Amino acid sequence: MSMLEKTLGWVDDRFPLTKMWKEHLSEYYAPKNFNFWYFFGSLALLVLVMQILTGIWLTMSYKPDEGLAFASVEFIMRDVEWGWLIRYLHSTGASAFFVVVYLHMFRGLMYGSYKKPRELIWLFGMFIYLALMAEAFMGYLLPWGQMSYWGAQVIVSLFGAVPFVGGELATWIRGDFVIGDATLNRFFAFHVIALPVVLLGLVVAHIIALHEVGSNNPDGVEIKKNKGADGKPVDGIPFHPYYSVKDIVGVIVFLFFFAAVIFFAPELGGWFLEKDNFVPANPLKTPDHIVPLWYFTPFYAILRAVPPIGVSQFPGVVAMGMAIVMLFLLPWLDRSPVKSIRYRGVIYKFFLAVFVISFIVLGWLGTQPAGGIYLILSQIFSITYFLFFILMPWYTKIDKTKPVPERVTSK
Amino acid sequence: MSTDGVDNSKRRFLTAATAAVGAVGAGFVAVPFLKSWSPSAAAKAAGAPVEVDISKLQPGQLMRVLWQKKPVWIVHRTDKNLEDLKAMPDAELADPNSEIPQQPDYIKGINRSLNDKYLVAIGLCTHLGCSPTYRPEVAPEDLGADWNGGFYCPCHGSKFDLSGRVYAGVPAPTNLIIPPYTYTSDTHLIVGVDEGAA
Repeated sequence: MSMLEKTLGWVDDRFPLTKMWKEHLSEYYAPKNFNFWYFFGSLALLVLVMQILTGIWLTMSYKPDEGLAFASVEFIMRDVEWGWLIRYLHSTGASAFFVVVYLHMFRGLMYGSYKKPRELIWLFGMFIYLALMAEAFMGYLLPWGQMSYWGAQVIVSLFGAVPFVGGELATWIRGDFVIGDATLNRFFAFHVIALPVVLLGLVVAHIIALHEVGSNNPDGVEIKKNKGADGKPVDGIPFHPYYSVKDIVGVIVFLFFFAAVIFFAPELGGWFLEKDNFVPANPLKTPDHIVPLWYFTPFYAILRAVPPIGVSQFPGVVAMGMAIVMLFLLPWLDRSPVKSIRYRGVIYKFFLAVFVISFIVLGWLGTQPAGGIYLILSQIFSITYFLFFILMPWYTKIDKTKPVPERVTSK
Repeated sequence: MSTDGVDNSKRRFLTAATAAVGAVGAGFVAVPFLKSWSPSAAAKAAGAPVEVDISKLQPGQLMRVLWQKKPVWIVHRTDKNLEDLKAMPDAELADPNSEIPQQPDYIKGINRSLNDKYLVAIGLCTHLGCSPTYRPEVAPEDLGADWNGGFYCPCHGSKFDLSGRVYAGVPAPTNLIIPPYTYTSDTHLIVGVDEGAA
């Protein structure tokens, strides 16, 4: 026995290293028909690692203090060696995270990956999405620019709309009567410690749940139902090396686009870094046109679309919250006997198209000024957004499905 | 170990009692953590009153001061402004007579001020806390021919008149907040101290 094998044996007697390697990589059998859409899970993991690394490096030069924060970010950009690159990796990484997560979630919608027995994978995923939104929101306050400040002011004020306790709740969250040093410090604590810890825990839970039930695939066929004489699924291939190698290709293509943004358009015309955020926070003056970053705008549009009842803003806040809660409920709203869109009927395809269009149009409307035709459009598309979910138990039941094959197909 | 004759109900009772006591303890321990999020003594002290010299404020001008870190506006209204406010139809406003207590008791009437010439108001929209823009001009293109000056919130399009009264049918539910304030002389006022208290 070589030295290496001896060492491994010594470890394996004390820690299930080889066992875990087999369970999660070399003997984790994934369906052999994964397509393009299956890149985004591993890409999300890549971006997470990148955000944690660049985040740690940024923390080394950043100062979470209302008097110093803005200048410390400029210091990183101008004076710290390669600081601009690390910061642009982080700021672009935030948007990239949402790009891959939205595509990853859409994959789940298309192929019914949230359906039994994968409800918990979906729920863990949704909690990851929630934690990610909180992480992004709190991180956006840290540069202490105008958009940081007023964006946080608006979002924290949403809690003020909660009946009875709202005002005190908002003050409690801010730690001051308006966004201030106390808010900046606690958001920093959440952004760099609390939420990343939660995120990592959830990601582990997401993957453990996935590896317990096995991956879905574009056909929505359970490969575990069809095992060979060796007890392995006949339509499965080991994740490593087959999909680890495939994912490397995805990583490289992703990095083409990612690097193009970082080096040629790090602000992406105001979509990834808003121009008003290059002005230090000023509590006396709100920018003329305040918009959240693109990944929040669909929900922001829904918030603005709902009129207040009497003096209460609460309905808009509830609608925005419900827009996210609905996604959590998907596994129980969908009554279709088939998983994949390949074997669903036209009604589901129609509603899914309506949903995607609503989400994208709402996202655009959220960047436009409030009022007039924009408001009416927001209201129309908010309704169609919710109809996708509310009518789902009905249309998935009556929809005419096609027979699902026994084995996965390769097209 | 023998499990014969174990009194399970006693074990369950003890487990439940231990859990309950533990939960109460955890509740008490949570208090300092939750309370530490409230505004600190320093933040509360920053709410100290602010004295403002308004002698140099010309008619039509707006000045901003910080009180409790919030922007407080002082607007020197012209006679024309005051006439326009009087002529403002009630139907256009959500709360024309300021019945919702967004102002101290001693602030009354359509002008919502101690001295009609000067509006003192907290410059944060009652919708989601943006700071509205001062738009004193009459009938600008974007705000319509009926506009006689007021405040327009860029975030969500709420409109207020020059008394800080909110228009009907905009996202903001209530009039702008009037802070407690009092005049120490004709040209000086203190924000944060109630009228009659100084």
